[in-house]
Amino acid sequence: MDYFLGLFLGGLTRGSIYALIALGYTMVYGIIELINFAHGEIYMIGAFTALIVISVLTLMGMNTIAILVIAGVIAVVYSSAYGYTLEKIAYKPLRAAPRLSALISAIGMSLFLQNYVLLAQTSDFLPFPNLVPDFEFMEPYAHIIGSAEIVILITTAIVMILLTILIKFTNIGKAMRAASQDKTMALLVGINVNRVISFTFVVGSATAAIGGVLIASHIGMINFYIGFIAGIKAFVAAVLGGIGSIPGAVLGGFVLGWTESFATGYISSDYEDVFAFLFLVLILIFRPQGILGRSDKHKA
Amino acid sequence: MLKLQNVQTFYGNIQALKDVTIQISEGEIVSLIGSNGAGKSTTLMAICGIVPPRSGEILFMGQPITHMEPDRIVSLGICQVPEGRRIFPHLSVLENLDMGAFLRKDRSQIKRDMEYLFELFPLLAQRRHQAGGTLSGGEQQMLAISRALMARPKLLLLDEPSLGLAPLIVKRTFEIVRKINTENKTTIFLVEQNANLALKVAARGYVMENGRITLTDSSENLLANEGVKKAYLGF
Repeated sequence: MDYFLGLFLGGLTRGSIYALIALGYTMVYGIIELINFAHGEIYMIGAFTALIVISVLTLMGMNTIAILVIAGVIAVVYSSAYGYTLEKIAYKPLRAAPRLSALISAIGMSLFLQNYVLLAQTSDFLPFPNLVPDFEFMEPYAHIIGSAEIVILITTAIVMILLTILIKFTNIGKAMRAASQDKTMALLVGINVNRVISFTFVVGSATAAIGGVLIASHIGMINFYIGFIAGIKAFVAAVLGGIGSIPGAVLGGFVLGWTESFATGYISSDYEDVFAFLFLVLILIFRPQGILGRSDKHKA
Repeated sequence: MLKLQNVQTFYGNIQALKDVTIQISEGEIVSLIGSNGAGKSTTLMAICGIVPPRSGEILFMGQPITHMEPDRIVSLGICQVPEGRRIFPHLSVLENLDMGAFLRKDRSQIKRDMEYLFELFPLLAQRRHQAGGTLSGGEQQMLAISRALMARPKLLLLDEPSLGLAPLIVKRTFEIVRKINTENKTTIFLVEQNANLALKVAARGYVMENGRITLTDSSENLLANEGVKKAYLGF
């Protein structure tokens, strides 16, 4: 039973990270119907920014929790700036172009950012310090779930709640939903749609950066390529849940996390990715709009 | 109040508006009639900055708005109820109205305006938490007009308000249009295929054919005009 519970919570943790990244894919798709393939790179840049900040602050001898929080905040700001700029230079000029052009631009930006980090840093894996201390109250449960995992789960929950409030109740959140449903009408009521799109990129990048910092500190090493595989997995999660749907991205992330966790735990860790993608194929065959996606004619 | 001077617009290489000149004074109801594809909706989209003219000028209260961003134009007091109403389908009735007031900051006044509209359209009040897309055509029309009024427009542009609605609801819509004009002193520019209806509520009208204004006169004269009768009134 403990084994099962361990796998369940492990899957939930892993799923949280997928969900944090998948949110960016799904929000951007919801508003401009573009798969932002450079999104995984934003997550990677978030992790690198945090690593640099952590190295500096550690030299200064700060307390670890404070370091983690400061590094997280700076990573979020930095990644958001990247997301914002990415949209301005790679997607906005192609707004009226055929969809394929923007998609190619996205892949180009992904390659560019990977190689830019490769040149600026190194191709080797860099150690990422684990900053979450082992909480004493967690000790009796240590065989099921670690302290770092608890931190990931709690942070994810907070981010999800804040995001829900933002989208459901604030003016800019309502404007995001309005613009994703009918852009012309959004313009006609006076919404500055360009600003809403920029904002969407900023929010999506921020959640991805949080995911990046959390997972890097959990796994303990990063390199320029981590954004690619995480990005693909998160993309699978977004499609699983129904691309364009925010609750869908979260659910898709969890489902994918559990699939991988249980497949690894009960069958073999060699097949982890196989199961994730097998699941994607099955969903695409039997429920192409995803678990929570609506088969909206307007959106087709 | 609103002046279009020799406006020309294009969709790619296809010219949609040719040398359109229209003038509307404060407090008027003016209609624009013409058949399907004549360029009526394009005229409204040009005014709102969605399809900016390639040449010509659009002035609103003396200020050029020809190449202004759509949100700036809304903030000056021009609002459109577009063809097909375009209710945000997955936003609730309340949220749709909130979006109408997107650029306003005076919260208490917004609330009062909403109460006023709910009094005017009790059905909307009943359905305030329902998604806009689940409303009937007539209810959506009321919501679309209410959403535009939430911006407190000085000039209201209505695109085919009678389209696809039952005669009784069309009648009610036009009563409301008249009421908005007399009570709120809102200037109204009405685009209609149903010339008979449009000319009855408006004092003046323009006739559009193939992107060109071919005729303008008082509604009375237009209703009596042989050409208009034949082409748009069906006798």
